[in-house]
Amino acid sequence: MSEKIVFQKPESVYDRATHYCPGCHHGTIHRLVGEILDEMKLREKTILVSSIGCSVFLYNYLEVDAVEAPHGRAPAVATGVKRARMDKFVFTYQGDGDLASIGMAEIMHAANRGERISVVFVNNTVYGMTGGQMAPTTMEGQKTTTCPSGRCPESHGLPIRMAEIIASLGGVAFCARTAVDTVKNLNQTKKAIRRAFEVQTAGTGFGFVEVLSTCPTNWRMTPLKANERIAAEMIPYFPLGVFKDADAEVCA
Amino acid sequence: MAGRIFLKGNEAIAHGALAAGCKCFFGYPITPQNDIPEFMSSAICKAGGQFVQAESEVAAANMLLGAAAAGVRAMTSSSSPGMSLKQEAISYMAGSDLPGVIVNINRGGPGLGDIGPSQGDYFQSVKGGGHGDYRTLVLAPATCQEAYDLTRLAFDLAYTYRNPVLILGDAILGQMKEPVTPAKPRKENPKEAQDWCLTGAKGRPTRLLKSLFLDDGALAGQNLRLKAKYEKMKAEIRYEAFACDDAELVVVAFGTIGRIAKSAVRALRAKGRKVGLFRPITLFPFPSAALAALAAKGKRFLTIEHNLGQMVEDVRLAVLPAADSDFFSVLPGNMPIPDDFEKPILASLKGAAKKTGAPGKATKKAAKPTPAKAAAATKKTPAAAKIRGKAAPTAKKPAAKGKKG
Ligand SMILES: Cc1ncc(C[n+]2csc(CCOP(=O)(O)OP(=O)(O)O)c2C)c(N)n1
Ligand code: SF4
Repeated sequence: MSEKIVFQKPESVYDRATHYCPGCHHGTIHRLVGEILDEMKLREKTILVSSIGCSVFLYNYLEVDAVEAPHGRAPAVATGVKRARMDKFVFTYQGDGDLASIGMAEIMHAANRGERISVVFVNNTVYGMTGGQMAPTTMEGQKTTTCPSGRCPESHGLPIRMAEIIASLGGVAFCARTAVDTVKNLNQTKKAIRRAFEVQTAGTGFGFVEVLSTCPTNWRMTPLKANERIAAEMIPYFPLGVFKDADAEVCA
Repeated sequence: MAGRIFLKGNEAIAHGALAAGCKCFFGYPITPQNDIPEFMSSAICKAGGQFVQAESEVAAANMLLGAAAAGVRAMTSSSSPGMSLKQEAISYMAGSDLPGVIVNINRGGPGLGDIGPSQGDYFQSVKGGGHGDYRTLVLAPATCQEAYDLTRLAFDLAYTYRNPVLILGDAILGQMKEPVTPAKPRKENPKEAQDWCLTGAKGRPTRLLKSLFLDDGALAGQNLRLKAKYEKMKAEIRYEAFACDDAELVVVAFGTIGRIAKSAVRALRAKGRKVGLFRPITLFPFPSAALAALAAKGKRFLTIEHNLGQMVEDVRLAVLPAADSDFFSVLPGNMPIPDDFEKPILASLKGAAKKTGAPGKATKKAAKPTPAKAAAATKKTPAAAKIRGKAAPTAKKPAAKGKKG
């Protein structure tokens, strides 16, 4: 009897359970990254720069060479790796506390220099690993452990829209915001990450994808409710779409 | 071999790095080290390498971490305030066993301080500097030639031990010009990091460079491995001992201050004074055993630094209990000349200086030995009792000073 394989793990992904909470989107996004590394045949030339947050253990799930960066510094570390080995494929995977707060300077300047690296930015509107504190992306009115009565714009400012900011920088070749809450969005995310990887392999410029993601644990929600929140609350403020897809001349 | 070239200390460091095969340089402007990134911005590119002017010293040091993870010889340079910002990455590099060269052209501090020479970053350099339980190798050149040579050495040591190596200079070294004899550029050794560096997991298992160790006992194991590495580094201890053999008093000083002190020692030798100079070149590991051996021979010690007294603590740890060290301080904003050191050296030679000596007052207070201690003192220290003034509260162990080992 012949077997038809309908589902299997990508080669770039280790066959092991993740440490993520039920309903967390990190695992889903990891898998998409693994599929793209396989499809683009990048695994054997990839150097992952992992960041500080729940996804620090990404190196336990992706079968690639990896180095751990200090909190927020992944784009600087990736700059160093890439400048040292221009022929390798280098990407970072960062949370919103890591990238949009402590690492704001590093992400802005790596993007502006047009470093030939790719960044997967997972925005779940909280600091997940440290227990759900307010992040720069926390939504107006959203309750967290450090804004228990809800984020108040008067004292905390408004949530930062990173994809729009990054798209405005010269060295950026591709920049998009996506989600993985529906099959359609998941497919869009895969396409976007692929493009963000392609602009690096083509030598065009910096690639960036912001993926809206859940944190059911710190949102105090069931996985289902958390998934629904993406469309109900996040997408209206963080619109999905491709903000920049430039050709080589524009971002020299 | 090429002829001599006339270089600033900063430039000598940059030239040394290129001769050592440095392929990536990450900089950020700060006085008095600017010549290094300025020179590197074109020279390293001509040599087929990469220059990045980073957005901050935090980023520059983390770029160094990245290049190190890729197994490529790389360097960053800064001056004191910028060094504070580099400590994060240096700690991660130490924790992840990553090699790299970091140059500190020390200026006055704390805070913004000034832009003149200082040795105020001694503690930061030799005691770790960032968070956690780690050390970096520290090399302290005193001449432009040494700056060139030690920079080349720094790269070799970084890769031998897979550890960050610091070059600690100051504004005097960075800004003075001297002839330097260049070395033959190093032949690249593609095997240098091949067993551990990140190249993409092609035909081999994946590699992971990290400093996070959460499993039970894992961090303890890593820290013990680091400790063993620091022990091994003792094989690298370097120092200059000048006229120490028959000296009664040994002046201990590092870097440019060591060089100025050497001139003072020379001048005093010409006048028949039995003084010598001990100049640690590796500040970590510190040449404690060599100092202890001198102490065992009955020498007295005077430490001179361009700060309020930092290395003197390591000198004392090395020479106690056989001896102790007096201290003479050069303050920021002062450019010492050899003559400035003659008085304090003579005072210590007589056993009159106080150990925590305020600058310029080294001769004002005297050690007052107890009868028992005075008896233990050798002929070399008869002057101690004759000096006017009260016993300094810190001068409690004069007896140890003259004791024969
Ligand atoms: C310098 C420094 N400051 C703070 C921390 C503590 N810390 C660990 S993870 C984290 C935030 C992670 O949040 P985020 O980047 O949003 O990722 P998530 O866990 O939500 O995926 C913080 C603040 C740290 N490790 N280092
Ligand atoms: S805390 Fe949040 S981000 Fe972290 S694993 Fe759990 S759900 Fe995911």
